[in-house]
Amino acid sequence: MPTHPPQTPVARRLKHIKHIVIVLSGKGGVGKSSVSAQLALSLHASSPTARVGVLDVDLTGPSIPRMLGLDGHGVHQSSDGWVPVYADGRSARLACMSVGFLLKRREDSVVWRGPKKNAMIRQFLGDVRWGELDYLVIDTPPGTSDEHLSLLEHMAPVHDRLSSIIVTTPQAVALADALKCLSFTRAVNLPVLGIIENMSGYVCPCCGEISNVFSTGGGAAMAETERVPFLGSLPVDTDLVTLLDAAEPDAGIEEPAEREGDAFAVLERYQKTSSAKLFKDVVGTVIQTMSRVG
Amino acid sequence: MLATQTAVPIPDPLSRPSNAPEHCPGVESEFAGKSSACEGCANQEICASSTPKGPDPSLPLIRERMSNVKRKILVLSGKGGVGKSTFTAQLGWAFAADEDVQTGIMDVDICGPSIPTILGIANEQVHASRSGWSPVYVQDNLSAMSVGFMLPSARDAVMWRGPKKNGLIAQFLKDVDWGVLDYLVVDTPPGTSDEHLSIAQLLKDSGIDGAVVVTTPQEVALQDVRREIDFCRKVGIRVLGVVENMAGFVCPNCKGESQIFKPSTGGAKRLAEDMSLELLGSVPLDPRIGKSADYGVSFLDEYPDSPATTAYLSIIRRLKEILGDA
Repeated sequence: MPTHPPQTPVARRLKHIKHIVIVLSGKGGVGKSSVSAQLALSLHASSPTARVGVLDVDLTGPSIPRMLGLDGHGVHQSSDGWVPVYADGRSARLACMSVGFLLKRREDSVVWRGPKKNAMIRQFLGDVRWGELDYLVIDTPPGTSDEHLSLLEHMAPVHDRLSSIIVTTPQAVALADALKCLSFTRAVNLPVLGIIENMSGYVCPCCGEISNVFSTGGGAAMAETERVPFLGSLPVDTDLVTLLDAAEPDAGIEEPAEREGDAFAVLERYQKTSSAKLFKDVVGTVIQTMSRVG
Repeated sequence: MLATQTAVPIPDPLSRPSNAPEHCPGVESEFAGKSSACEGCANQEICASSTPKGPDPSLPLIRERMSNVKRKILVLSGKGGVGKSTFTAQLGWAFAADEDVQTGIMDVDICGPSIPTILGIANEQVHASRSGWSPVYVQDNLSAMSVGFMLPSARDAVMWRGPKKNGLIAQFLKDVDWGVLDYLVVDTPPGTSDEHLSIAQLLKDSGIDGAVVVTTPQEVALQDVRREIDFCRKVGIRVLGVVENMAGFVCPNCKGESQIFKPSTGGAKRLAEDMSLELLGSVPLDPRIGKSADYGVSFLDEYPDSPATTAYLSIIRRLKEILGDA
């Protein structure tokens, strides 16, 4: 790590960010974005002053805007860069940025090859006015390709509190890809805070029977053999799925003054889910481990 | 008569110059010699001076190879984890149930190849011969090609940027000795990026018969699927229809049906209506589907009585009708 990082635009922005966590998974659809959203909400709730950012670098399939109830919002330009969209309105402690905010129509496809994706990521890191952040959560697309290499290329030389979380489901096909992901983090010297096993069991709403829809236990076993911390298993929570899927922009978001304290609609609803309670422990471990990185 | 006269060496996807810096963009990359990681690299000059690429020389070779393939079908979805590879495999097995029909499966998910595991051939290797790379045979009339067959171990990550991925996809089309095929089913990674653009461009001359778009019922997936359909329209690929996976879950204990992924915005049915596409069918979530994929066995053969099997088979029948092969 250079003692005097080069003064690139990215370095200037990242200087004000304490911790950066990249959420990875080899396989698609295992819940990276939902874990990113939960991580951001839980970090936000972890302290009354925590300032959190979420950057969605899944450029061809951005899900973060919908999950945080911010579909349809746009990004504004200011003299000091792009203004992120704040999920908590005026308190401005939960900042989000996604290519989804830049599209005119939600269903527009972003058909980009690597170099354009790389340029966009550089802009997200260098041009967004994040301000002072305690945590920046970065949601990534599946795989170990352009987006991941670009992130590391731009951030590793200028930031030394960079870490990652690997999300998997218990299925063999997902675990195989998670292993590839782990190999990637080792190849690029990216610390891994731990592995989260998502979709681990489903509780039947009629009879309460737990079905292992996508098998179970594989994430914990992998963490053990690979000597990586295991952060926890999250069962399929239909309340959470529904919340993250249907969270429509709330009229109250524009006028948060009417709300009590710092809570906002998505966070209020999230804290009522059973996942939020489980995730609180995950975040506790994450915050502890993170402080040892760098 | 085939594209290659001497054996084309099987690439080692992990190869980089031995003295490459940590974030080497790869010698094939558009950034070769120009990326920040290249500074100070001994190969920088050689990489940077490579001549700009003209019209793709592999196109005529691909056209020749693909002239032996009757139907080329893409399996797409904007979203990951919705069951593209599983559907691809079921399609392959269902086509191959007729022993006179030759089917090939090509996995262009370079960073997360699942096809070898799902087809139960994860430990197989690709061999090079005079007529090209031999695909791996699941049975006499069902073959597959995937980057997974080229990696020394399943844990190895292919950390490639676009250009190298595109190069391998072109090789899959021109250097693989597919033989005469009735169907070539192409499994793709999620998104609308390099792999998708490349396959669309490389197969343009040979003609793509169409794409099957796979989704799950929740809006987060549908959003990405709409983008994928928009992509198909932009590049002129016909969408044969939409398949909805993980629609409803039947509890093995009480047989009660519940929705794990609720169709909060009307599911695939509404999406198909809105975009004037045909909904080929909905497949319920059966935990045995995922298990079959993990063990590499055909779900259709293992559980012929499952409602999911009935749904798959009816979708595949309808697909054949649409293609005029019924």
